Amino acid sequence: MISQIVSAIGVMVAGVFACALYYWLSDKLLSLALPVPEGNVRQASINLNRRATIRPWLFLGPALILLGVYLIYPVIATFILSFYDRSGDYYVGFANYRWAFFDQQFRQSIFNNILWLAVVPAACTFFGLVIAVLTDRIWWGNIAKSIVFMPMAISFVGASVIWKFIYEFRGGNETQIGLLNAIVKAVGGDPQIWISLPFWNSFFLMIILIWIQTGFAMVILSAALRGIPEETIEAAVIDGANGWQIFWKIMVPQIWGTIAVVWTTITILVLKVFDIVLTMTNGQWNTMVLANLMFDWMFRGGGDSGRSAVIALVIMLAVTPIMIWNIRQAHRDAEGH
Amino acid sequence: MAATATVSSAASSSIGTRLRRMGLPRLFLHLSVLAIVILWLIPTLGILVTSVRDKEQITATGWWTAFNGSTQMEAVRLADPSTQKEEGGRFVIAGSIFEGNATGTVSAFGVRVQDPSAFEIGKAADIGDGETLQINQDGSYVYSKGAAFDDKRPKRVYVSLATAPEFTWQNYRDVLTSAGIGQAFVNSLTVAIPATVIPILIAAFAAYALSWMHFPGRALLIAVVVGLIVVPLQMALIPLLTLYNDIGAFFGINARSYVGIWLAHSAFGMPLAIYLLRNYIAGLPKEIIESARVDGASDFEIFVKIVLPLSFPALASFSIFQFLWTWNDLLVAMVFLGTGKDQLVLTGALNALLGSMGGKWEILTASAFITIIVPILVFFALQRYLVRGLLAGSVKGG
Repeated sequence: MISQIVSAIGVMVAGVFACALYYWLSDKLLSLALPVPEGNVRQASINLNRRATIRPWLFLGPALILLGVYLIYPVIATFILSFYDRSGDYYVGFANYRWAFFDQQFRQSIFNNILWLAVVPAACTFFGLVIAVLTDRIWWGNIAKSIVFMPMAISFVGASVIWKFIYEFRGGNETQIGLLNAIVKAVGGDPQIWISLPFWNSFFLMIILIWIQTGFAMVILSAALRGIPEETIEAAVIDGANGWQIFWKIMVPQIWGTIAVVWTTITILVLKVFDIVLTMTNGQWNTMVLANLMFDWMFRGGGDSGRSAVIALVIMLAVTPIMIWNIRQAHRDAEGH
Repeated sequence: MAATATVSSAASSSIGTRLRRMGLPRLFLHLSVLAIVILWLIPTLGILVTSVRDKEQITATGWWTAFNGSTQMEAVRLADPSTQKEEGGRFVIAGSIFEGNATGTVSAFGVRVQDPSAFEIGKAADIGDGETLQINQDGSYVYSKGAAFDDKRPKRVYVSLATAPEFTWQNYRDVLTSAGIGQAFVNSLTVAIPATVIPILIAAFAAYALSWMHFPGRALLIAVVVGLIVVPLQMALIPLLTLYNDIGAFFGINARSYVGIWLAHSAFGMPLAIYLLRNYIAGLPKEIIESARVDGASDFEIFVKIVLPLSFPALASFSIFQFLWTWNDLLVAMVFLGTGKDQLVLTGALNALLGSMGGKWEILTASAFITIIVPILVFFALQRYLVRGLLAGSVKGG
């Protein structure tokens, strides 16, 4: 056990050293290969120019290789695989797409993903905004913010265990040790098996993600609220606006951009939600979502790369508008500088 | 990302002063924030409290009653009639009901199983046949009768025993050794530490090139990096799994190795790393870098001696993201690492326990707490950098 840690640290040190050595050595080799001879001004300037042309690619090299092998190549390969059979050997045209279109479980997953998309980003943004406004007004607001923000650090699996304990159901006359069922019983209701409750069970899974992500929304929106120019609010006060009007008509419109960022970031997260569904229900009781269905098909019956690829592409397609919007936004920011 | 400009210009004045004019009652405000905080804290508190409770008590009562202890009914026998003594005309049997190994405090007692808490403690109760019985809170009793006791067997009574809350480290001891969580903890560290450190250096060099070096295609590369931030992991899994298996088969080695997952995590974190670091490095003062160039420093020297030290806040922000992400990841580990003891990470182990130990909350809660304690410590220690990183750009999710 100790030896494993030692070797991990050893690898880390060696890795960092090798990386540093690569950059240092490639830089030195470049200087050696393209010398700048004294006296020969023409040759010197040619070589200096060549160095300046090559050097950026030496700096970028390792990053580009990683991005190419682990992200760009797979995206292309997944696209191609979606037209091939389960083993990836025989071209089957649109058969996998046709399968997806008529598959009951795929439709269920799409439906659930839409449900998640409709609820989670909206809920996180709303609660985040409300908590940001409330905590900014009190002296212990930062402590409160830390506590709401904390679940961000907890893994989805850890959070699932935490919430599974809250949803715990015990049959018969046994004492309910799950908080939710204990409360339900205390107010005279019937304890339920929440995670298998038809239709509503998805919402109980969503609560977990909302619990985790509200802190993120709160932190970003809180900073945006503080950035609102004082004058706009003072002017509204002078004009006799009340608190409600100031909030909705003065503050919220000024942070629309930030709200959009929070919303889209959580949207991307929701599209990829996997761990929570896997640990809570593993897709049973009609809670399947695309990411889990994709993982399922990757290994189901020895794996079906074609169907799995189609499902991955659907997720990719869903994030594409956000991706394009991000790129355009970054481009505009860069031009603005 | 669009928020960068708005957010970074955060003014120093608090919006508190502005909202105060709006006049919501202060007390109501404090109470609602308190309610939110409690609501957010309770789930985590539940597993923390449960993880140190006694196994029996976890299933007997809800964790929110942990500090009250639990009450249970027990049948005990008083001392044998042969020990009776005559005192002032009455025959008395005295002693303590805790002569066995039971401990606790008595809250009520009875003599019939149908009504085990019929009598109050501390008072002599008339239990019929001219007998009186007094049981005190500490378990001592006085049992008396006007005539001699002629029963053959000791008297049976029922007592409600309140057992004190029992807290124990036993659950942690169990999961760390027998449930394999200790080994998984080491495995998680083995994955997370190199997977955090390796991408930083690579991304920093790339970010420097994208900020301060001129070459054709720079704008395009930046756009590609921004686009790759949101590419779902799912797109990468199938071809990479095939690639790993092919490489493993070709060299005759195990396709699932730590090196494999380090590289995978490094690559998946790379777009965000480059984006965050580039935003920061591009914002460094131009004069510093220009003057170093004029002094004849090479790009390599400028990077190592000037850019790297100045970028510390951005490097810290990214390393926190990356650490939390690699430590908390389940999907990448499930695909690129094996499920053997020597490769199972904490999240995977916890997921496996949920399947095999469902309902054994003493195991699950203690394991869950060990899983979340490291990121929570990192979170509270370095929250400042985390917030700064979040505000500096979009974040990668799951």
